[in-house]
Amino acid sequence: MERIARAERRGGRREAKAAPPLSTAQPDQLVPPPPHQEGKGIKPGHWRPGARWAREAVVRTRALRIAKHALVTWERSGNRDLIAAACPEARALGIVPGMTLAKARVLVRGLDVRPADRGGDAAWLDRLGLFAARRWTPRAAVSGPDGLWLDLTGVAHLFGGEEVLCRRILAFCRRLGFTARIAVAGSLGAAHALARFGGRPLLLCPEGSEADLLAPMPLAALRLEEEVLSAAHRLGLERIGELVAMPRAPLQRRFGETLLLRLDQALGRAPEPFEPIVPEEPPAVLLRFLEPIASAEAIAEASGEAVRRLVPLLTEAGLGVRRLVLLCERVDNAVQPVLVSLARATRDGAHLHKLLCAKIETIEPGFGIERLRLVAARVEPLAAQPIEGELAGQRPAPDLATLVDRLAARLGTRRVHRLGAVESDLPERSVRAVGPLDAPESWPHWPRPVRLLHPPEPVDKVMAPLPDGPPRRFVWRGRRYEVAAADGPERLYGEWWRHEREQAAVRDYFQVEDESGARFWLFRRGDGEDPATGDLGWHMHGLFA
Amino acid sequence: MAASPSSLDALRAEIRAIERSAAPAAARPAVPFGLRAVDGRLAAGGLNPALHEAAAASLSAGDDAAATLFLAALAARFSRTGGQKGQVLWAMVRHDLFAPGLAQAGLTPDRLLCAQCRDDAELLAVMEEGVRHGSLAAVIGEVKRADMAATRRLQLAAEEGGTPAFLLRRWRRADAEPLAAPSAACTRWRIRCAPSSPLPFGIDPSEGLGRPRWRVGLVRQRGGPSYEWLLEAPDAEACFALPAAAGDGADRQSGAERRAA
Repeated sequence: MERIARAERRGGRREAKAAPPLSTAQPDQLVPPPPHQEGKGIKPGHWRPGARWAREAVVRTRALRIAKHALVTWERSGNRDLIAAACPEARALGIVPGMTLAKARVLVRGLDVRPADRGGDAAWLDRLGLFAARRWTPRAAVSGPDGLWLDLTGVAHLFGGEEVLCRRILAFCRRLGFTARIAVAGSLGAAHALARFGGRPLLLCPEGSEADLLAPMPLAALRLEEEVLSAAHRLGLERIGELVAMPRAPLQRRFGETLLLRLDQALGRAPEPFEPIVPEEPPAVLLRFLEPIASAEAIAEASGEAVRRLVPLLTEAGLGVRRLVLLCERVDNAVQPVLVSLARATRDGAHLHKLLCAKIETIEPGFGIERLRLVAARVEPLAAQPIEGELAGQRPAPDLATLVDRLAARLGTRRVHRLGAVESDLPERSVRAVGPLDAPESWPHWPRPVRLLHPPEPVDKVMAPLPDGPPRRFVWRGRRYEVAAADGPERLYGEWWRHEREQAAVRDYFQVEDESGARFWLFRRGDGEDPATGDLGWHMHGLFA
Repeated sequence: MAASPSSLDALRAEIRAIERSAAPAAARPAVPFGLRAVDGRLAAGGLNPALHEAAAASLSAGDDAAATLFLAALAARFSRTGGQKGQVLWAMVRHDLFAPGLAQAGLTPDRLLCAQCRDDAELLAVMEEGVRHGSLAAVIGEVKRADMAATRRLQLAAEEGGTPAFLLRRWRRADAEPLAAPSAACTRWRIRCAPSSPLPFGIDPSEGLGRPRWRVGLVRQRGGPSYEWLLEAPDAEACFALPAAAGDGADRQSGAERRAA
């Protein structure tokens, strides 16, 4: 069996046409067929020259190829797994979308097979469309699962002409890792058809020649349903040109409205609705001053006014701010930004103003600030907020999030945090910082010190019975300690999945109390018997109380 | 003319009103230790929401850890009053706290919020912000030095905000006792480790450890005398205990006797 596999690989490396027949590796009845042939109707049986199944096997194996970087995605359709998309290398090896996954696996070995992610693709396309709407043209729309429509009317000259713009877009897509094709035409339908069936990465259709270019295209380019296409195929209609030449009335009678509508839309005879993506602008407020302002009080007053104007915008949109940017545009055209991050979405004007005021001292007004722009750079949906306090009129308890925001503004976002558990036995790895408003897990109830020394400090002159006795006396930081009572050992093993060195490592932890009552957490490397587990060195790792 | 007792009382009430003028009406009540021997000696019957200080009795690392855990347990007691999950802010400069150890003294990770500061001045400002905000159950800070003005400021802020502030004064040098510096704190505590009693069933004294014990000294309190107790370290519910043999009458002398025994 191993011989067969090798032979196949050898054959696969050459061209498929020149693959040698597997005469050297004849499957005999003791060797089961290779796994990739199982279930393909080949029954194990006696081999005889010229047997049909043997010939078939040879033919199949000839078609078998080895892929190095061929990527395909699959999705489930009914009860079959179908190839959803294939990369150029996979296509060169003969895999086409719509093929069953099992067949593709038989044809090509070593495929990189991943499940298709339609939602992710659509999200990417939306992002790209949004980018196009912000960058290239105000009118862009997503077309189908794999295309974008960009309306270049009145925009192309800004980029140096249609061709230059299209080349820039192609280069941009290439940098992102996408293979794109662009067609520019006078109607949406024509552009759609030429981009998908034009066969060139960039196709500029001269004005008025859509009909000529579309004539040799297949009917599938017209965005028609499957039934219409198959009906046309039955009648021998294959090209758009044939359709144009035919009388319209019989066509309409036979195929209904859609065919002619699509044809007219492609040729520019019928209008087609276009719904451009409208990029959402973050809520923002702009204040212009008659005289440039420079003093801290004036900036505080102005930012307060900006916040007062921003809050109704947020309330109306049902949004809360997570990041607020105050842009101070100076007389000399320099911009001084002030950035405020919030632990939780809010539209509490007083709180936002307080956070901004705490940062006013970082602004350099120069010769004065003439414009102030307040932008809610990151927003989150925030429903209606309950009125704070109770009906009886008690003072409302302030929200912890506002304190976190203030501390974060003073110290920095990362310096305000909680400590949560990590699933690790090793003490130095068992704690991690989590967000200040998260609810972290607690640790199991093993005795743990309140102060941890990091890294552990070596301890000298330890007297301890082997293999598992606690230390009787030791010297740490130049002081000698006599142990009055002890508890242990608690054995912790190294995390072999992290590092090779930890594979055999063992630490034996002891909790000891000296004569004055102070408690220490000591450990010894190694279990005292097997030298591979550690060098028997003692270390101080923490202090109990 | 001798002042009548009633006018004296009125004067005292007036002084108290001046002292407490800043405190809001809805200030939280004092939180007791839950031990009669301790609460009976405290002027307020427990700890007020004000500034409290603690320090290790010596430079040794064991005493420092004991003082840390003492304050952690006090903060956890404030956090647990009324069966709520009050939040505790811990401001620090050096990051050597080990949270699993704190969780075992009742300060579980969902109650503890950490703020890492760059120096003592920033730490005191963070503490003040914390106690003034009013959403916290307690604020703990570890400082090397804090002068009278800083502690006075913190004390006023704590009373105004109705939130207790705990200041852990850490040793800088062997000859600089932290509690020697003047302070406006309401109570000041000095914590020292004490030998625990051996387990009753242990054959070898080196097998097993009893509950840790501390010598807890109340060095100074506003409106009351100083005192010293021998206490057992807090458990997972942040409850202190008296050593069993000594009972409620634990004091300096009986502790000394027990040590001698």
